[in-house]
Amino acid sequence: MTNYHFPDQHGLFDQYGGRFVPETLVYALDQLTKAYRIIKKDRSFQRELAILLRDYAGRPTPLYHAKRLSQKVGGAQIYFKREDLCHTGAHKINNAVGQGLLTVRLGKKRIVAETGAGQHGVAAATAARLFGLSCDVYMGAEDVKRQALNVYKMKLLGASVIPVHSGSRTLKDATNEAIRDWVTHVDDTHYMIGSVVGPHPYPALVRDFQSVIGKELKIQMKKQLKKLPKALIACVGGGSNAMGFFYPLLSAKIKMYGVEAAGQGIQTKYHAATLGKGSVGILHGMRSYLLQNKEGQVLEAHSISAGLDYPSVGPEHALLKDLKRVTYTSVTDQEAVRAFHELTRTEGIMPALETAHAVAFAMKLVKRMNRKDSVVICLSGRGDKDIDTIRKFS
Amino acid sequence: MNALEKKIMQQHKQKKKIVCAFLTLGYPTLQATEKLIIEFDKLGVDVIEVGFPFSDPLADGPTIQASSDYALARHVKFQDAVRLGKRLRQKKCQIPLIFFSYFNPIHHHGVLPTARLLKQAGFDGVIIPDLPPDESKMYEKIFRKQKMSLVYLIAPTTTPLRSRWIAQKSKPFIYYVSLRGVTGARKQLDSRLAEQVRSLKRLTRKPVLVGFGISTEAHVKQVSRFADGIIVGSAIIKHLSKGQNRLKRTVLFMKRLLKAARTS
Repeated sequence: MTNYHFPDQHGLFDQYGGRFVPETLVYALDQLTKAYRIIKKDRSFQRELAILLRDYAGRPTPLYHAKRLSQKVGGAQIYFKREDLCHTGAHKINNAVGQGLLTVRLGKKRIVAETGAGQHGVAAATAARLFGLSCDVYMGAEDVKRQALNVYKMKLLGASVIPVHSGSRTLKDATNEAIRDWVTHVDDTHYMIGSVVGPHPYPALVRDFQSVIGKELKIQMKKQLKKLPKALIACVGGGSNAMGFFYPLLSAKIKMYGVEAAGQGIQTKYHAATLGKGSVGILHGMRSYLLQNKEGQVLEAHSISAGLDYPSVGPEHALLKDLKRVTYTSVTDQEAVRAFHELTRTEGIMPALETAHAVAFAMKLVKRMNRKDSVVICLSGRGDKDIDTIRKFS
Repeated sequence: MNALEKKIMQQHKQKKKIVCAFLTLGYPTLQATEKLIIEFDKLGVDVIEVGFPFSDPLADGPTIQASSDYALARHVKFQDAVRLGKRLRQKKCQIPLIFFSYFNPIHHHGVLPTARLLKQAGFDGVIIPDLPPDESKMYEKIFRKQKMSLVYLIAPTTTPLRSRWIAQKSKPFIYYVSLRGVTGARKQLDSRLAEQVRSLKRLTRKPVLVGFGISTEAHVKQVSRFADGIIVGSAIIKHLSKGQNRLKRTVLFMKRLLKAARTS
């Protein structure tokens, strides 16, 4: 992976990515691309961001050796990159603070965001307070129901949460509605997308803001581990925690696993395993893998975890799958819930249900590995928001 | 030159306003779509945009979204568009047809097979709202070979330089988006519209048709003062969405809009 320079100047990750958007948005995307190029090299921007990530978001997040869990499962040593300890409880804040600062640079006064589990919505609402912006969050009506805690948090933070009743009433539809809002208010509004999805430059922009995860890990690995970990494991919905976790380490000799939601099983209709079961298509401004029917209509995704309940995936993951650099696999609702309980009981860490997918797969993987080896899981978020879902499931 | 291009050129040369009507395929039924096209043709509508329903219509407001969902719930398929075109031609209805679709269904069936089937069915053009010219480079040739015109959109946010580029590529007319936003009937048109269309017309000789939000006879008259034609969608679908005699009322509504366009 030495010659890995994606996206290219057209925003393509080989055949994936691009900008499949209504003409009205092209100007805003050009403007954003230009700003993104500038801030990437702008020292004052990067310094300001680093300070905010440290003092406001609570970075760096620790790398934690889960000895009890490792012992219980048996096999390789399990480490967690503790994104759940970030301000607002998930990695989403990294991107929200970055894009918030960028919004100020763009001179815009309002942000719109989409949210599934509500973690990005809370992060966006938080960043809006930090930078004095007004904030509207679109959320599928189904998700409003199952993530009531986060909805209330957003309201406390002064954001308005707009329930979306169209389509599958989940993240996909919230994204449609956020884009429609942006098309309408493009002059004064920044669309703060929450994952490595959407039209160029978003997949690259969000990846770069999330890369702080992998960059910190690179340093922590050297200090805390005797040798390189054998594997990195992260859950993948849109794929932002995974991308930020993997990207700085793509050239290292480490296996990488992206874990999608298999819902009730990938042999059923009720799953969100886009990379596992989807085919190439176009949604939300990007070409990527997509769950779709014979007619090219987008299918509803299904997962117990709202954050993974998305029928497409970031275009860079599509490329990494094709390049076979990352192995994509999936975990069912049931396995994820079991892993949630396991981690809670053995380590006293309650992971988000999204993250529990990565934990479930890791528990299977390490069993076959040597005790002297190690794996690192991106513990992308904490699980308070999922308590009701967990309670109902059992 | 295909029938669509001929029609547009002819109207434009005679300085007649071009009227283009949008219908969601299969809304409320496939028979209704067919019947309406035949009626619209008789009235003198110049072009029909057959809107292919899509699960995620990003550029559309609630009216067309709802009609799309309705049609999809009744399993409207791509083959229905092909069948519709063929039946119309069999019935000697020769009105030029444009296939309006988001890119994914076309991409999924394959651009070449789609273009070929549409051409055989009597379609002469396509409008793909989420395929800006930057992304369509590799597909333009395919459409050209099938003698299918690709109509592009220009928006109020499009820079002059880019407008010139898109205007060169768009055939046989330019679809000017009247506002920042999604499709849907509006009470008022954007106050800057006249100036925007006039400056666009300074960049190109191609006819400029204005769409998005055109809902009343007054709008049609107003837009006809500076544009070469109009595209009406949501307002038609709204008439189709409720009440008794909805087909008849929709035809009457179209008749009034046409009159407004022809007399201005």
